[in-house]
Amino acid sequence: MYDFSALYEATSVQNAVELMQAHPSAVLIAGGSDVLIKMREGKLAGAELISIYKLDELREVTMDPDGALRIGPMTSFSHATNSPMLQKYMPVLGESADTAGGPQLRSIGTLGGTICTGVTSADTASTQVAYDAVLEITSVSGIRKLSIHDFYKGPGKVDLQPGELLTAILIPKESYENCFGYYIKYAMRNAMDIATIGCSVNVVLSPDRKTIRRMRIAYGVAGPVPMRARTAEAALNGMPVGEAAIAAIGEEVLKDVNPRTSWRASAEFRKQIISETARRGLKAAIERAGGVF
Amino acid sequence: MEKKLVRCNINGKDVETYLDVRSSLTDMLRNDYRLTSVKKGCEVGECGACNVIIDGECYNSCIYLAVWAEGKHIRTLESLLGPNGELSDIQQAFVDEAAVQCGFCTPGFIMTAVKILESGKEYTREELRKQLSGHLCRCTGYENILNAVEKTMKKRLGKA
Repeated sequence: MYDFSALYEATSVQNAVELMQAHPSAVLIAGGSDVLIKMREGKLAGAELISIYKLDELREVTMDPDGALRIGPMTSFSHATNSPMLQKYMPVLGESADTAGGPQLRSIGTLGGTICTGVTSADTASTQVAYDAVLEITSVSGIRKLSIHDFYKGPGKVDLQPGELLTAILIPKESYENCFGYYIKYAMRNAMDIATIGCSVNVVLSPDRKTIRRMRIAYGVAGPVPMRARTAEAALNGMPVGEAAIAAIGEEVLKDVNPRTSWRASAEFRKQIISETARRGLKAAIERAGGVF
Repeated sequence: MEKKLVRCNINGKDVETYLDVRSSLTDMLRNDYRLTSVKKGCEVGECGACNVIIDGECYNSCIYLAVWAEGKHIRTLESLLGPNGELSDIQQAFVDEAAVQCGFCTPGFIMTAVKILESGKEYTREELRKQLSGHLCRCTGYENILNAVEKTMKKRLGKA
């Protein structure tokens, strides 16, 4: 038995936001791999829950008329990995999802839930940050959109006001078109572990594949929230494909990051991993894009 | 506490029961249906002892609300039992390979193995390791479990 005081099961998005307005102190539960575990630890004892688990309309990955990928926030990690749409246009998202937890966790954990918890270590979050995801947030008063960069406010804090529900993760066409990504998770174990560092890199090369036209790189656990390394991006854009670019990114990313020392790893060790994953990730992304070293 | 009617299909049989909404799926399977192959281990989704198959996918039933089972098809280890109590091939392989010591993790492991075997695909040892990585075993050291799953997979594919 879980220690909650009431369970309201939403039957539609509209019903969900109405329930959230009617029960402002209730906790939203999507897949439950965060909420139910907190509840076991006694952290949410006695809370009221609003479940959106049965909202299958939020589990689809489709394409909007403007070409943006529309990812339902209830899409599970394993469904992201197996989604033909994502495999075709943005395989790195499914690949990063395939590194989270273990197989059973990937059946239940959701792409939306993992960003709404505001944790920096979420394996799929850095890829969404690296692709300039736009979030669609619904409340009884309507829909608003905001950039994922503005969504994160601090550790465990995101820009969701009471009564607001994340209803779509949008990946703009210019983010994924001709773009090749790669995700590296560094953790102490190969499964059932939280990233010490997660690094998501993507590149668009020039038509002759000799120049980096656009490079984006984002990290989990390199700072309090998933973050971009903008200095490194500015330095790499326009550089020729080659070992010099690989060497440069390892140095440049250190100007952007702010890792901390925790029981998992020291800040110094994290910095070493940050440089190394940048080098390996960029190289792999360039190779996927058809670049030759 | 509020009770709710939950109707689902468990091991091929349509069933329904009124449940305390606070129940986990593990609670429901063990207490309401006496399916005690579903073990209560860590209860935080880490050990895999409570793993069951829901609509073809593996889930840790300890972090799954029982009310979410409405309309789902659920399979537990009990579904593998033959009409005269025979073991299935994968269960026999666990016995033959000494993949069972205390046995607490075994039902969870076997249900993941069932999903692997029913995919009809051939996996490398490394891929099997990843697919089975959501289970903890404190006795065997995993090698015999991997052997049991790998041998059964090869047998079913006609390659052993």
